[in-house]
Amino acid sequence: MADKMTLRHLSAFFGTLRAVNEVDLGIAECQITAIIGPSGCGKSTLVRCLNRMHEVLPGTRVEGEVVLDGENIYGVGVDPVAIRRRVGMVFQRPTPFPTMSIEDNVAAGLRLNGLVANRAQQSRMVERSLRQAALWDEVKDSLDQPGISLSGGQQQRLCIARALAVKPEVLLLDEPCSALDPISSARIEELLLELRESYTIVIVTHNMQQAARASDYTAFLYNGELIEFGDTNQIFTNPTRRETEDYITGRFG
Amino acid sequence: MSNPQPQHTNRQYEEELRGLRTRLLKMGGMVERQIADAVDSLVSRNSHEAREVIARDAEVNRMDIDIDAMCIRLLALRQPAAGDLRFITTGLKINYDLERIGDLAVNICERALELNEEPILKRYIDIPRMASIAESMVKDSLDAFLRGDCDLAQQVMERDDEVDQLNGQIFRELLSYMAEDPHAISRGARILFISKNLERIADHASNVAEMVVFMVKGKTIRHMDKSKQ
Repeated sequence: MADKMTLRHLSAFFGTLRAVNEVDLGIAECQITAIIGPSGCGKSTLVRCLNRMHEVLPGTRVEGEVVLDGENIYGVGVDPVAIRRRVGMVFQRPTPFPTMSIEDNVAAGLRLNGLVANRAQQSRMVERSLRQAALWDEVKDSLDQPGISLSGGQQQRLCIARALAVKPEVLLLDEPCSALDPISSARIEELLLELRESYTIVIVTHNMQQAARASDYTAFLYNGELIEFGDTNQIFTNPTRRETEDYITGRFG
Repeated sequence: MSNPQPQHTNRQYEEELRGLRTRLLKMGGMVERQIADAVDSLVSRNSHEAREVIARDAEVNRMDIDIDAMCIRLLALRQPAAGDLRFITTGLKINYDLERIGDLAVNICERALELNEEPILKRYIDIPRMASIAESMVKDSLDAFLRGDCDLAQQVMERDDEVDQLNGQIFRELLSYMAEDPHAISRGARILFISKNLERIADHASNVAEMVVFMVKGKTIRHMDKSKQ
C-alpha cells in the first residue's frame, strides 16, 4: 500500500521544548494508523503537525517535512487552510458549534469554504456526510435541533460528519473516544473501519485495545521519539522493542 | 526473557501472572510423578500403585479446569498484549498438553492392571528407558517454560526422535513374540498400547517445548519441517 503521507525528520517545538523529535513515518493510504504512547509523549502534537494545526499556538515551530501526495505541506506558498481541508481533524471532546443546528454544524465547513451553491445541494451534502458518519438515521428528523442536544457519542459522530463534509483525504482523530461510553466507542471504531475504504485515517488513542482492534499500523511514541512502528498485529503480539513491550503490557514506570 | 522484566504497574495483575506460572509448574510436577508411578506400577507389578495413579487423575483434572479458568479470567480482565499475551495463551495450551499426559498415565495404569494379572511376557527393558526419556522431556519442557529457555526447548524436541525409535523397536520385538506364540498376543498388544502411550507423552512434551519457543520468540515452529526450523 502506497503512503499517503510521509513524515521526514519531523520535529515540533513549544518554545525551546522539543515535543516531537525527528520522526520519520509513512502513513499508508486508505489504512488506519494508530499512534500510541503515554501522556505527554507528543502524540497529539504529532498529529497536529499533519494538518498544520500545531503552528496556530503561540511560540510553536515545526521542523522537517510532512509530504502529502508528494508535496511538502510546510513548503513555501502552501496555504494551511487548503491543507486543513484535505486533512480533517476530530478532537478528544465532541466540539459541535453550540449555537448551530445539526444541519448547520455539518454544513459549517462547506459554507466556510464556499462549497455550497444552494440549499438543495447543501442538504444533499449534509445527508451524505451524516450517512457516512453513521448518524443519519438517528438525526434525519431533527436536523434543525441544536447540535449540542445530541448525546456525547452522537456529537462525536456529528463532528466526524462535519469533518467529512468538506471531503478531506485524510482524517486525523485525536482520542475521539476518550469521552465516550463503550457502546459509542464501538460505533466510532466500526465507523472508522468503514471510512477506511475511502479515507486515510490517523488515530491517537490511549486505549490499547482500541488501537489493536481498529488499526492496521501502530506507531509507538515515547518522549517525542518514534520508538517502534509496524503492523498492528505484530506490535501487539510480538513487538521488537523492549519499550513497546513494557508500555503495551502495562509495565511502564 | 533472559533479563528480568520490570514489574507491572498493576500489582494484582503481576500476582495473577505469577500465580498462573506456579500453578502450571505444580501441575507439571504432578503429571511427571504420574508417569513415573504409572510405569513403576507396571515394572514392579504393583497394582495398588496403579490404582493410586488412576485416583490421582481427578486432581490433575481439577487443576486443568482451574488453570483454564485462570487464563480465561486473565484474558477477559487484563486484555494482555505482547509477552503477557503469549505467556497466557501458551499457558492455555501447555495446560491442555499436561492434562492429556495425565490421561495417558492413567491409560498406562489400566493396561498395567491387566498385565499384572497375567504371567510376565518378558522383562521390561525398553519401556522404562522410554518412560525415563519421556519423563525427562516433560520435566525439561517445563523448565524451559519457567526459564524461557529456547535451547532447552530445542533439546526436548530433538529427544522426541529417540522415543519414536524406541517405540518402533518395541513394536518389532513384540511382533516377533506375538507371531511365535498366539498366547502372547493379548499381553503383547497391551504392552504395545503402553509403548504408544509413552510415545504420545513425548509428543505432548514436544508440544510444550514448541509453545515455549512461541512464548519467547513469538515465532510459531509447530507443523514445520525440522530442517527448516
